[in-house]
Amino acid sequence: MKKISKEVVEHFYTTMVKIRLFEETINEHFLKGEIPGFVHLYIGEEAIATGVCANLRKTDYITSTHRGHGHTIAKGGQLKPMMAEIFGRKTGYCKGKGGSMHIADFSIGMLGANGVVGGGYNLAVGAGMASKLQGNDNVAVCFFGDGASNRGTFHEGLNMAAAFKLPVIFVNENNQWASTTPYRTTTSVENIADRAVGYGIPGVIVDGNDVFAVYEEAAKAIERARAGEGPTLLETKTYRIKGHFVGDPEQYRTKEEVERVFAATDPLKKFREKALAEGLLSAKEMQEIDGKIAQDIQESLEYALGSPYPGPEELFEDLYVKGVC
Amino acid sequence: MREITFSEATLEAMAEEMERDERVFVMGEDIARQGGIFGQFKGLPARFGTDRVKDTPISETAIVGAGVGAALAGMRPVVDMHFADFIGVAMDEVFNQMAKIRYMFGGQTTVPVVLRAPDGIIRSAAAQHSQCIEAWMLHIPGLKVVIPSNPADAKGLLKAAIRDDNPVIYFEHKALFAKKGPVPEGDHLTPIGKANVVKEGTDVTIISYSLTMAKALNAAEKLAEEGLKAEVIDLRTISPIDTETIYKSVQKTNRLVIVHEAVKTGGVGAEIASLVAEEMMDYLDAPIVRLGMKYVPIPFSPALESLVLPTVDDIVQSVKRIVG
Repeated sequence: MKKISKEVVEHFYTTMVKIRLFEETINEHFLKGEIPGFVHLYIGEEAIATGVCANLRKTDYITSTHRGHGHTIAKGGQLKPMMAEIFGRKTGYCKGKGGSMHIADFSIGMLGANGVVGGGYNLAVGAGMASKLQGNDNVAVCFFGDGASNRGTFHEGLNMAAAFKLPVIFVNENNQWASTTPYRTTTSVENIADRAVGYGIPGVIVDGNDVFAVYEEAAKAIERARAGEGPTLLETKTYRIKGHFVGDPEQYRTKEEVERVFAATDPLKKFREKALAEGLLSAKEMQEIDGKIAQDIQESLEYALGSPYPGPEELFEDLYVKGVC
Repeated sequence: MREITFSEATLEAMAEEMERDERVFVMGEDIARQGGIFGQFKGLPARFGTDRVKDTPISETAIVGAGVGAALAGMRPVVDMHFADFIGVAMDEVFNQMAKIRYMFGGQTTVPVVLRAPDGIIRSAAAQHSQCIEAWMLHIPGLKVVIPSNPADAKGLLKAAIRDDNPVIYFEHKALFAKKGPVPEGDHLTPIGKANVVKEGTDVTIISYSLTMAKALNAAEKLAEEGLKAEVIDLRTISPIDTETIYKSVQKTNRLVIVHEAVKTGGVGAEIASLVAEEMMDYLDAPIVRLGMKYVPIPFSPALESLVLPTVDDIVQSVKRIVG
């Protein structure tokens, strides 16, 4: 493994803690009935978005999923407009028109969470196509779940990206659950990465709960894409700790199973153990980060709760771009 | 003015816009090597290269989805659907992604994609290669929908669509590609959202568009022989509908016939009839008439296919009935 700078190590921890605390805060306020709609939490999967996005530039693109808060945070999204959006406020990223499932920040190449499972592949393919046409080396990363790997868009997107050698990295987050269905009961292969052979591209499997491993494998795939060598299918093995959505009664699995798995896979716990054992970060340094992030999350919450809801005059705003042609 | 075909007019529009703006590119099935199944892309690859005029796999969801993604990354893609019927394959990309991205993300971005969709009945292409599906698109907030009836508007609307920052579905009737007509050279733009009063009259308003405009005009000529003055409007844009032009005409003629090739049930005619009934009832002297395709999948055999569409005589008889 190549040497990772302390700055990057701190970034890993800061980002993962930020995602974890953000999600826990959302969970709490959703259960209090303060958040409309549905929310899908990224708890337990923090290492994936963090490790992948740590390799990206601001000008690179990502497409996200309905479980997208972690992707936005890892790509450099701001907590305040994210929180405000989830609470349906005017100051949110989407002025309250998107909500949890539709957060985007185009200023950092975050091309949107997507309410349609498997809706992101081809948007990423198009962004990769744009990079190639524009003659730059920006890449596009498409995050998608194990359930989404069974959409037809998976096939069309991977084939086209491979056929045109586009700079796209397909990052599968195999959290074992397609909504309430164990992925293995509805999926033809054990490993989603096995499907890469059908497209003539590398298929790589990595421990999705190990941010260092994700970072390293993603770096290879991203370098390959930047060099014009085409896409990679990177499968990150993880486990969905929370229900499909907040409030999911989770009748399809036992609490014991979740607790047992999480004890072994919690990416933050794994990080802390490794950081301490290898002297990468001290307990004190991590506590300082925890405190700082807790404060940032609290501020974003206050910002959201103190923000107005959009007014009726905004209903038709942004439907069409006016005054063109 | 020089006359060129509808197909040549679209080709000229593409070339001018690709010349003018390097962000414009076009992709679709069989467009580069073959030049498009109707020859509507012939010569473009030689001029702009096969990266900007790109043959794609037969993957409609990928083609439309990638068009949207490329637009989000700063390009202005034109996506050729081969046949309008195949939009069905990529409907999620059209109505959940392309149409909603700007609004759903709070106006952070624009989605300047043009979907070119050759539609309509030609040479017994049967149920899956002949449809007119513009009403389906009208039902989706966030899309613009245009549909030229002649070479000049084919050029003008395509150029306008490419320059528009909103997603635009551009329907082009397959039987129009070979039709010739006068087309202005250079920067000719047809405004989106503006209908065209092609023939003025006082006794009845006939609204149509696309290939069926020819039938509407033919019917108007026949009516003129009988002393009836029909006002004929070429809608040109399906979304947003130019209600101003429609209402003004109905206020003058007090009678309305809408005729199109698409299925009558739930068609554009139904929407226009509803709007006029809601807003212009006091001006109407007779019931509104809608003419459209019969409520069946388009049959293959010419013996059956010839029965599904409204005829010139249907239009004439309808007008005579309501003018009475």
